Amino acid sequence: MAKNSQTGKGRQRRERAITLFFFSVALTSITILTLIVIFLFWEGIPIFSKVSIYDFLFGHYWYPTDDPPDFGIFPLIVASLAVTALSAVISIPLGVMTALYLAESASARLREWVKPIVELLAALPSVVIGFFGMVIVAPFLQEIFDVPTGLNLFNASLMLAFMSVPTICSISEDAIYSVPLELKEASLALGATKYETIARVVLPASLSGISTAIILGMSRAIGETMVVLMIAGGAAQLPSSIFDPVRPMPASIAAEMAEAPFRSDHYHALFATGVVLFAFTLLFNLLSEHISNKYRQVGAATL
Amino acid sequence: MNKSSSLSRRRKLIQASIFGLFRLSAAINGIALFVIVYFLVARGWRAINWTFLTQPPREAMTEGGILPCIVGTLYLGLGAILVALPIGVTSAVYLNEYARPGRLLRAIRIGINNLAGVPSVVFGLFGLAFFVVWLKMGVSILAGSLTLGVLTLPVIIGSSEEAMRSVPDTYREASLALGATKWKTIYRVVLPAALPGILTGAILGISRAAGETAPIMFTAAVFYTPSLPASVFDEIMALPYHIYVLATAGTEIEATRHLQYGTALVLIVLVLGLNLFAIIYRARLQRRR
Repeated sequence: MAKNSQTGKGRQRRERAITLFFFSVALTSITILTLIVIFLFWEGIPIFSKVSIYDFLFGHYWYPTDDPPDFGIFPLIVASLAVTALSAVISIPLGVMTALYLAESASARLREWVKPIVELLAALPSVVIGFFGMVIVAPFLQEIFDVPTGLNLFNASLMLAFMSVPTICSISEDAIYSVPLELKEASLALGATKYETIARVVLPASLSGISTAIILGMSRAIGETMVVLMIAGGAAQLPSSIFDPVRPMPASIAAEMAEAPFRSDHYHALFATGVVLFAFTLLFNLLSEHISNKYRQVGAATL
Repeated sequence: MNKSSSLSRRRKLIQASIFGLFRLSAAINGIALFVIVYFLVARGWRAINWTFLTQPPREAMTEGGILPCIVGTLYLGLGAILVALPIGVTSAVYLNEYARPGRLLRAIRIGINNLAGVPSVVFGLFGLAFFVVWLKMGVSILAGSLTLGVLTLPVIIGSSEEAMRSVPDTYREASLALGATKWKTIYRVVLPAALPGILTGAILGISRAAGETAPIMFTAAVFYTPSLPASVFDEIMALPYHIYVLATAGTEIEATRHLQYGTALVLIVLVLGLNLFAIIYRARLQRRR
């Protein structure tokens, strides 16, 4: 876009003021992110006058309302990681294969149906998925696996998987789409089947995009609240099987904040748990940022 | 593409089974959506009648309707979009029309991406510490709307940017060639052309905000209010929180099951309805282009 050179001074000044205005509004997102960090720490740090950071992170007992209370969030961290990992086992193949279906094998007509379905799945409110997992899936699991409760790590992971599939699918699909056509054509021309082309050419070429998709999907799963609050079971213990009830970090925060007296140790401990949770998602997001920047797909040069 | 005739049978078989797996994965998504919606409709529709939609709860929330929750959710959704839309569109104008590539732009983008990744319960904590406590708004519609607005911001920025990106550069060049300033070009040419896309994003933003629970738990929503809110400083009931409360708290969990299904059905009709509208509207826009 060419700059117009014959504008008057007043006009130029006005344009500059307008640019400045837009710029400052565009800073809102960073400002809010900074405020989030400041206020989480502000309300979270006071707990460390009662417990050391090490005991807080690695303490095995979370009994915040006992006397004396125990503020060890290790079981909560492990629970969060466990539901995230188990949900990833389900959501990664499902999400990536759905993306491959959309990008490589579906007819235009079917695409027009499947894409909105994935979008609607993403739009389902988390409380509805939590409710569904609680009243439909839990009794079902309890019966077929003959476990004491259907509200457990496995159920939560299953529901979380369906919440992260749309994220994984849509970002992977974009990555697969952006693989240059000539790469695929070259492979097909050499006699490879469509599947061999996907496995040897398309997937390697879109690997960075798919990795980003997976990380963002897992980030969504670890931070998701209502599902784990309603169906993970709520026991602050280290799980020994996938059918054990657990209490991931978001569940603990959401369930206890209403009861924690304002600015009590418990209140501060929940904010500190929020800091840890935020740190995990920040780490996931920065990692995905790093991957997509470093291994940017630049046309035919990626292979 | 001609299929080469020299394909061995094994390679063909592998290909067919792998593509079958892809199809199965896609189908599982559809089945999941169908099953969830089916159960909510099959068990929820009986609860829904005129009284349910137009009356407040009675008898300690074991009878009556959900009017205050519907009203509350509408207020929160609209409040959130009132916060997010102006800020989001303005940010998108800067990013798409003014910003030059460089460190600053990268920093802003990283900020937006990370804001999009903040867990909803952390937004709740932030809303509690910042809006409710520090800015002394109390648990209120205002605090909840601001919290949800902040949460929706990345959605609005993303969709607005996409809408502006799809406005052809020739439009801008034509306007500039006629002597219009950059700002005039943006608000007379770019924004009108991008408006449908921006509005679609706004609808999706409302539906996202309306379905969130964790961010309003500490900032806006309460178990029960006897009357509809009179000002933005009032606490309110909301559909998602109502479902959570009825399904997990109290002694009448089994007895109020039908109310829970009914509330969940109203919520997904609202949310999926808005989304379907946006999807269809967007498909039309793309076809016109």
